[in-house]
Amino acid sequence: MIEVENLTKRYGRTTAVDGISFKVEKGEILGFLGPNGAGKTTTMRVLTCYLPPTNGTVRVAGYDVFDKPIEVKRRVGYIPETPPLYPDMEVTTYLDFVAKIKGVPRKERTSRIADAIAKTRVGDVQRTLIGRLSKGYRQRVGLAAAILHNPDVLILDEPTAGLDPKQIIETRELIKNLGGDHTVVLSTHILPEVSMTCGRVLIINKGRVVAEGTPESLTHRLQGAAIVQIELRGERDAAVELARSIPGVKEVQARSGEAGALLLEVEADAARDVREELARAIVQKGFGLLSLRRAGLSLEDIFLHLTTTDADAPSEKTEVPA
Amino acid sequence: MSSLRNIGYIVQKEWRQYFASPIAYVSLCAWTLLFGVFYSLILNWFVTLSMRPSQYGPVNLSLNEMLFGQVLRQMAVVALFIMPMVTMRLFAEEKRQGTIELLATSPITDLEIVLGKFLAALGLYAVMIVSGFLNFTLVWGWATNKPEWKPLVTGALALLLLGACFVALGLFVSSLTRNQIVAGVLTFCLFLSLWAIGWLDSPMAGKFTKAVSYVGLTNHLEDLIKGVISLKDIVYYLSVIVFGLFLTHQSVESHRWRA
Repeated sequence: MIEVENLTKRYGRTTAVDGISFKVEKGEILGFLGPNGAGKTTTMRVLTCYLPPTNGTVRVAGYDVFDKPIEVKRRVGYIPETPPLYPDMEVTTYLDFVAKIKGVPRKERTSRIADAIAKTRVGDVQRTLIGRLSKGYRQRVGLAAAILHNPDVLILDEPTAGLDPKQIIETRELIKNLGGDHTVVLSTHILPEVSMTCGRVLIINKGRVVAEGTPESLTHRLQGAAIVQIELRGERDAAVELARSIPGVKEVQARSGEAGALLLEVEADAARDVREELARAIVQKGFGLLSLRRAGLSLEDIFLHLTTTDADAPSEKTEVPA
Repeated sequence: MSSLRNIGYIVQKEWRQYFASPIAYVSLCAWTLLFGVFYSLILNWFVTLSMRPSQYGPVNLSLNEMLFGQVLRQMAVVALFIMPMVTMRLFAEEKRQGTIELLATSPITDLEIVLGKFLAALGLYAVMIVSGFLNFTLVWGWATNKPEWKPLVTGALALLLLGACFVALGLFVSSLTRNQIVAGVLTFCLFLSLWAIGWLDSPMAGKFTKAVSYVGLTNHLEDLIKGVISLKDIVYYLSVIVFGLFLTHQSVESHRWRA
């Protein structure tokens, strides 16, 4: 549905997007993840024909954004970070105007508007001036406007920014339901959002793709090491020594925990489960074992890892098999 | 066809916004009020003048020239003051609100957007002209010497063409900034200078001064107000309009390139 090849976008001397390539299949939900200023919004603006690419080719629904912008725009629904709303219009008036300029045929207009209102649950404010709506409602009216013309591709720039937790959950549900019929690309810097809504993730930093894959495969693959956290009572050096002696353990870090307890963070080979041996050794030694659990690397850790350390080295794209 | 429809949608939307805000009401009121004031002042002056005995027998002053013509000349200047208010919002506000992004990512062209906004503002101005001209219809009721209607039509055309130039240029200035007050002030300055340039024209002026003063917006009204349609004035106004719209289109398009 979307094919991006070697997309580069420069503003004067700054390069916002530096040779990004990716593909999105029909019905897929792709998440763009990256810190602020990573190039997410710029990429989306190119996809929606708001900005022309400096270099590279971008095809959306089979049409090149540069040669056939009108055809692309017909098939794309887009909400920028702040939804583009006219505060002096009522919600239905606004949706009617959007339906018109998006080229929704006259006969279908009323039903499409009603449909979008129902899907985004803005029915109870449809006669209110947009300027009087809360941030959450505005976001939803923006979403309603984006899906009005039943686009093949939906591009959502931080669709849950500024919503309260309940609204966030509703919006995520809505986005999930939209996937399947529509191809969705959304950007966010909220990590749980990606693992909850997206089928595939593209982590972008400084205009480059640093990792790509499903949320699970990313977590799995980048978990080169398994970490076991142990809480015990006993002598520090002896405990560290003991943990080190277990085969498969690579590194041990100790710090003091609550009420005189000792916290050990044991890094071991991912392939090997060292928990059992650790527990046995600790108990045999006569230390008091308080707790022991495996701590997986969260998407958050991966994200931080990729966007802080790897970014400085010339990025080697981490290929993750889906 | 779809292109005309898209222009229509933009016109519709702009009108809705004009009348949802005080802009339409304020400009309509100001215009009709000033029209009435000038009309009654000039009418008074006209009546006094025609009562005055002349040594060459009874005076027969032309209503077209001494009443209508005078009012229209004044209203051209009033338009200069009011039109920045009508145009300043058109692009500046879209940019400030970010709604330009909605328009730019919809399947309509930049030209359709520009033309839609141009026609919307011009339409509002046309309503202003019509409401002012209602004053003139009364004259037919009491004048013993009926005025001619043809110069009135060309007079209306003159005001319309002048207003269209104002709109086209105002639209361009509005597309340059995201602050409508800045747009309004700059537009006003531009109109004032284009008006002032016209003052350079005098019978004694040299060739160069003449050429410069030719740019003066109000200088080309004279013939039309008198009832003469001359090609050079029409061409002048049309070229200013086209030039203004061209600049606007370039400016709107270039924002995408400059981000």
